[in-house]
Amino acid sequence: MNGKRSNIFAIFWGMAALLYFFVPLYGTFDFSLRMERGVLGFKAYELVFADPRFWQGFRYSFTMAIITIVISVSIFVPTVYWMYLKIPKARPIMDVITILPFIIPGIVLVFGLIRTFSRPPFQLTLRSWTTDILMVAGYIIISMPYMFRAIDVGMRSIDVRTLTEAAQSLGSSWFEVLKDIIIPNLRLAILGGALISFATVMGELILADFLVRPALGPYMVRIGLTKAYEPAALAIISYAMTWFSLGLLQFFSGRSERQKQFVIEE
Amino acid sequence: MSQESAGSKRKVGRERHPLWNWVGFLPFFLFIFLFLILPSLNLFTGAFTNQAGEFTLENLNILSNPFTLKSYIVSLQVSAITALVGGLFGFFVAYSLTHGGAPRWMRSMISTFSGLAANFGGVPLAFSFIATLGQLGFVTVILKGICFNGANGVEVCPFNPYDHGFTLYSLWGIVFAYTYFQFPLMIITITPALEGLRKEWREAATNMGATPFQYWRDVALPVLMPSILGAMLLLFGNAFGAYATARALTGGSIFLVPIAIGQQIRGDVLGNPNEGYALAFGMVIVMSVAIVAYSLLQRQASRWIKS
Repeated sequence: MNGKRSNIFAIFWGMAALLYFFVPLYGTFDFSLRMERGVLGFKAYELVFADPRFWQGFRYSFTMAIITIVISVSIFVPTVYWMYLKIPKARPIMDVITILPFIIPGIVLVFGLIRTFSRPPFQLTLRSWTTDILMVAGYIIISMPYMFRAIDVGMRSIDVRTLTEAAQSLGSSWFEVLKDIIIPNLRLAILGGALISFATVMGELILADFLVRPALGPYMVRIGLTKAYEPAALAIISYAMTWFSLGLLQFFSGRSERQKQFVIEE
Repeated sequence: MSQESAGSKRKVGRERHPLWNWVGFLPFFLFIFLFLILPSLNLFTGAFTNQAGEFTLENLNILSNPFTLKSYIVSLQVSAITALVGGLFGFFVAYSLTHGGAPRWMRSMISTFSGLAANFGGVPLAFSFIATLGQLGFVTVILKGICFNGANGVEVCPFNPYDHGFTLYSLWGIVFAYTYFQFPLMIITITPALEGLRKEWREAATNMGATPFQYWRDVALPVLMPSILGAMLLLFGNAFGAYATARALTGGSIFLVPIAIGQQIRGDVLGNPNEGYALAFGMVIVMSVAIVAYSLLQRQASRWIKS
């Protein structure tokens, strides 16, 4: 009776969604191939890859992303671990703090950072390496909601208290518990948080733009203002990077399912 | 309580003073204080002081300045329209996936893509829409090419959107681009609520003779409303804070609040930096209202989902 009609309704909206997803992607790809009149080719990509400023931006953003991930993980893993072990009561506070970056938009954050750190006592914007400290701090703040949530979900799935007490009764120190028990069990959660942070930093515009650092985001905006076909190629390259990281996550989560039994046996 | 025997203290450490437990949070709190709280407080105090450092409410006058008032109006418009359009679209798609009987391949494809696209945005998204709906974009070229002979033998191509006043570098262009990440976010946020909508309720309503309209009006919508409104508020805040896509798409010609703040950071267009802080502070207020209302509605909605 009703089944057939609602199925058509479902297929209509489902197709609309898929079209909205794919048409801009296909359009971008198609456009990126049309640089030379009359032929489809990868000229736009060649030009992007031949541009030293692209590689400069890529190297800079990549380095920043790695530093951000390392510091972010070393702040959040111990903090969330501590929360689960010692003060579960602190969860509401942590929840509020970690969604603050959603309430304080990037543009407001960078405005505040510039106002705070462009004058004594914490003047950081004078030299490029101190500005980079500010960049990494900003990136950690921006990716905090994802990183915190990823580690939180991971920590929930392991019995932190029992594992810790067992390890301590065998004579492990705090550091050893974290290094040998908690982090190996959190590998996947950490990887998930890291990959989202990676994608966030690689595509980030506001911080780099206003702190005037040579990241990929400002480079892309500049190319967008002056070139026609290279931006489409850049968009495809950046999607490819995002999908590569997510594919990596899929791959590792599939593998770790198979490995889990060994972890438990150890 | 804090002076227990030293031996057991070393072992588990639970006998120490309760405040001692918070020590593990210190690095995190210190970091958050330095790079999130302090900068925000600085903007906040900046919004309420004059250039001599005295307390004043004068900076709030900026909200009566037509230049900045305009930016708030445009930003609110963009956010409201994309929250509504993306929200409704996302709701229909999510309903189709949960209750509408969409094929399995479609379900898994859309849910994978939603996770991806909700995090899209930024400069590449703007490029994609330029390549698709710009003057020479893929879809524009197709629409332009649909031509036929009109009444008096003249060839007409009535579907070129640029002949009808559309341009991508305008409010509607931004709406198209933002919808790309808005409706997937709606799908993600509303799906749990839709999954909580029991099939039995529909069957019960139908058995008692309710028409589909009555079922929606009296059962489904009242249950779903808090979730729908909450999710739309989330979309609203999501659009309100977005900067990169609008910047790359319009080069700043659409005057949104984030772009106005950006100009203020670059060079002092307002003549008084403190007015810029007031502008930013207003943005935080709008965002807080949206997010707090979202979480309250979410709490309201969770009563139904759990039961």
